[in-house]
Amino acid sequence: MILTREEEYQKIVEAYGNAGGNTDLLGNRQVANMVVHENRVLSANEVEGISLKSESTERGVALVLTVEEGRKIEHPVDLCFGMLPQEGLQEIDLKMNVQDRSEVNIIAHCVFPNATNITHKMDADIRIGNNAVFSYSETHYHGDHGGINVIPKARVEVGENSVYRNTFALVKGQVGRLDFDYETICGRKSNTELVAKIYGKAQDDIRIAEKVHLNGEGAKSLIKSRLVLKDKARAEVVGETYGNAPLARGHVDCNEIVDGDEAIAKAVPIVSVSNRQAKVTHEAAIGSIDKKQMQTLMARGLNEEEAINVIVRGILA
Amino acid sequence: MLEVSQLCYNSNGQAIVDDLTLSIGKQEIHAIIGANGTGKTTLAYLVMGIYSPFTGSVFFEGEDITACSVSERAQKGITLAWQDPARFEGLKVGEYLKLSNKNGSRAIEDCLSMVGLLPSQFLNRSVDENLSGGERRRVELAAVLAMQPKLAILDEVDSGIDMASLPYIMQGVSAMKSQGSSVLLITHTKDALDIADRASLLCGGKVLQTGSPEEMSQWFGDHCVICNHINVPEEGSA
Repeated sequence: MILTREEEYQKIVEAYGNAGGNTDLLGNRQVANMVVHENRVLSANEVEGISLKSESTERGVALVLTVEEGRKIEHPVDLCFGMLPQEGLQEIDLKMNVQDRSEVNIIAHCVFPNATNITHKMDADIRIGNNAVFSYSETHYHGDHGGINVIPKARVEVGENSVYRNTFALVKGQVGRLDFDYETICGRKSNTELVAKIYGKAQDDIRIAEKVHLNGEGAKSLIKSRLVLKDKARAEVVGETYGNAPLARGHVDCNEIVDGDEAIAKAVPIVSVSNRQAKVTHEAAIGSIDKKQMQTLMARGLNEEEAINVIVRGILA
Repeated sequence: MLEVSQLCYNSNGQAIVDDLTLSIGKQEIHAIIGANGTGKTTLAYLVMGIYSPFTGSVFFEGEDITACSVSERAQKGITLAWQDPARFEGLKVGEYLKLSNKNGSRAIEDCLSMVGLLPSQFLNRSVDENLSGGERRRVELAAVLAMQPKLAILDEVDSGIDMASLPYIMQGVSAMKSQGSSVLLITHTKDALDIADRASLLCGGKVLQTGSPEEMSQWFGDHCVICNHINVPEEGSA
């Protein structure tokens, strides 16, 4: 069935809503936003202080987002990338330049509601200037078929005294195959927080690699992963932190819950320090749902299934 | 309300609870005292159904619930506040209390206030490691209040509580009685004994004596602190 551009837009926005996006914001002139379907930009809106330049490529979109120096963007920027067909390839080439002393919060939703055989690749190059605050939250919705490969890769540079927060969530629908690879270079007195929350089911195959280089004096970082695996889902989480500068502080925190007889979880924290004044720590917990948490909720009258749902929902919240 | 009859529970070949018999009446606050390691927490777990006894029975409102699961006992009106309550990542205090208050018959804000926690400061905090030990225990007590159980088992809910907050804890326990609950109150403090109707003294997994809280406190002070479970006087010597 061939859809008109308007119909495509409506269906993508609907999927965006199902993924947890606020549909009122798309098309709102007060809010910077963009909707991309396959390799076409269906709608885009800039606000003062933000420039969104896009170009269609053969299999996707090249997007350059710039936040001007000293600008504090009041409303979160909403980006929606999606594909309605069951099969295909979408490549997003994303360049973000968050200039000195600017502040912006970007909320991206990647929606593939009908996917049976889709590959979604994102290649991001993010540069955060000095004294800037940049938050990027990416939420995926894949439908219930699991036929999708998601390959997000990013290289991020965080400037002096800047804050970088990244949250990646894939807790609705089925993951399919996820190969997540982020590398962050942290400048002097910067603060980086990377959070991944994923709910794997069926045959999902999940790989998360997050690498942080604390190169600036006093740089801080936290890599936090929360995964729940059911059925035959598999996951490997590799969190690497390198303390290369005086007073650098890093922590890797991985918690994976296996709630299925054939699910397999693996965590590989790698911590390395090359400066005697730096310190990097890690903790990893992998296993079944905590018995005491279960008993506590069951002592309030919840049955086993209800208790598991409460615990899982909290971990992935 | 609760009749515990000849309960026995072993761990690694050692009797933790040994032929223990106890009864608690309706709207009674019944304190359980005794030295560390005498089986108080194990008794709490046996009544809640977390542990299954090797022998013996637990009756609740005349019904044998020995074989009932934790959930089933909770649905009959029994609940437990742990000595060291579990932490829940991503779960707000408000959400946690609502889980205990399914019918919404009591405002969860009131439950927090009754244990001396300001709702405006605590409803949106997570029930995770960011709560101090004392705050977490008070949230647990608030959750029990929200549930309005027929029998609340409180395992040292007053331990680690600062002096200024202790009266709120005692107020919360007393409120349970006022609302019609019975309370099995495991404690080491005089403040808790002061609000109890009766007390039982445990030693070596057995109930040695049951009587007024003052008598039991006195007896404990005179005998048990140095007895180390071996100097158990014969019947009638207390």
